[in-house]
Amino acid sequence: MMYSKKVMDHFMNPRNVGEIENASGVGEVGNAKCGDIMKIYLDIEDNIIKDVKFKTFGCGAAVATSSMATEMVKGKTIQEAMKITNKAVMEALDGLPPVKVHCSVLAEEALQAALWDYAQKNGIEIEGLKPPKSGDHHHIPENDE
Amino acid sequence: MQKIYFDNAATTSMKKEVIDAMMPYFTESFGNPSSIYEIARENKKALDESRDKIAKLLGADSKEIYFTSGGTESDNWAIKGIADVYKDKGNHIITSSIEHHAVLHTCEYLEKNGFEVTYLPVDEYGQVNPKDVEKAIKDNTILITIMYANNEIGTIQPIEEIGKIAKEKGVIFHTDAVQAVGHIPVDVKKANVDLLSLSGHKFHGPKGVGALYIRKGIKIKPLLHGGAQERGRRGGTENVPGIVGLAKALELAVENMEENNKKMIELRDYIIKGVTEKIEHVKLNGHPTNRLPNNINFTFDFIEGESLLLLLDMKGIYASSGSACTSGSLDPSHVLLSIGLPHERAHGSLRITIGDENTKAEADYFLEVLPSIVQRLRDMSPLYEEYKKQKNR
Repeated sequence: MMYSKKVMDHFMNPRNVGEIENASGVGEVGNAKCGDIMKIYLDIEDNIIKDVKFKTFGCGAAVATSSMATEMVKGKTIQEAMKITNKAVMEALDGLPPVKVHCSVLAEEALQAALWDYAQKNGIEIEGLKPPKSGDHHHIPENDE
Repeated sequence: MQKIYFDNAATTSMKKEVIDAMMPYFTESFGNPSSIYEIARENKKALDESRDKIAKLLGADSKEIYFTSGGTESDNWAIKGIADVYKDKGNHIITSSIEHHAVLHTCEYLEKNGFEVTYLPVDEYGQVNPKDVEKAIKDNTILITIMYANNEIGTIQPIEEIGKIAKEKGVIFHTDAVQAVGHIPVDVKKANVDLLSLSGHKFHGPKGVGALYIRKGIKIKPLLHGGAQERGRRGGTENVPGIVGLAKALELAVENMEENNKKMIELRDYIIKGVTEKIEHVKLNGHPTNRLPNNINFTFDFIEGESLLLLLDMKGIYASSGSACTSGSLDPSHVLLSIGLPHERAHGSLRITIGDENTKAEADYFLEVLPSIVQRLRDMSPLYEEYKKQKNR
């Protein structure tokens, strides 16, 4: 199996690793049983994602997609962040091996779970945002590329 | 940067003596052993001599050694070939839950075709209890197939004892000895086995060649139908250079086994001690003593195996893991789950399999870089974060 240079770069030098104390929203998806967990912390001010951090238990692709997804939402508005799909994360990493596509799905889900947490805490509604799925599922995308 | 090969259970480098022994059979003496002219006769002679050599090294008769394309073919042939002959006598097969996929998937295939398979459990060290084998034998049991030593955790099975039980009960006994032959003393008579699989590239021989020992008197159907090669039991022009290499590699492995094993056990235990002393939340998988001289298998809590392998690779260290991400499936190693590891801990496994070329200096380098790699991944892990929070509470 081969990872792209970008995936390896984001795995070796992951951006935004860490936690945010008193974060505006926290999302955790995946489970240890499947071998990957992603936890994303958001610091949101005036509808803008001021800061974002992540912690991930998982393979090289799981770390790289977390890193890339957090890079992509930093400084963006909530509405812009909502548009970041697993495909966009994958493209930004110059692709993933087919068996690793689910990692990018997990990154999208972690991000949306963190936004959902923020919305819940603040009693607001974010257009197009659905509640996170329960943790115990195998997050396999319908069509592997 | 130095490169350290720690994946000798996956495959090994070939010894120069082995390559030298093979070379003439690619060029000057390339004939088909079935032809009658001189270069073919030389080839036939090399084939016979290799067979004699391997038979002698395993305590078998030359007529009991059949060359194959490797461990997977040997396992497939043994299991399907016996099942086919004895299907009218019975349809029950006994195996263990920690076999190599060459055995497990063959058994699953037979299950889909009307056979009944018992997958015996193992204890926390990965050992099959011979009493469980005895209890599992029924009137319709036609085959027991249990590996000699495990490829992931290195645990050596009580093969002689299981063989004795099989013999007493009149059930045919096959063992996948791919990880054992050339690594620990193996004698087919002492082991009480009827069939035994071996593979050349696991002991510094060539890839794509192996053998199946079939005890005299055991009936078996061919897997590969064709010409009259291998006493009419396995069609196909013999891989003469490969077979010569296989015999030479086994000869060298057995000749140097005692000396190599002494050195490797020392290095193995040095690494085990070093890792368990330097790193917290680590567990050795497999049996503490009854394990292959080359095998080390750890579980590091809170981290995932593939990430660990990638970071080791960056340091020039080549190893393997039983995590799902390295197997291409969602489940981690069936062996680690069978010895009772929960999924999340099975994902964090690291297998180091050393060879006779590895040195103490390499072990020291590994012990120097590993702790920071493990810590780096733990610092990134939400599981570790959770653990620390709970500990501080």
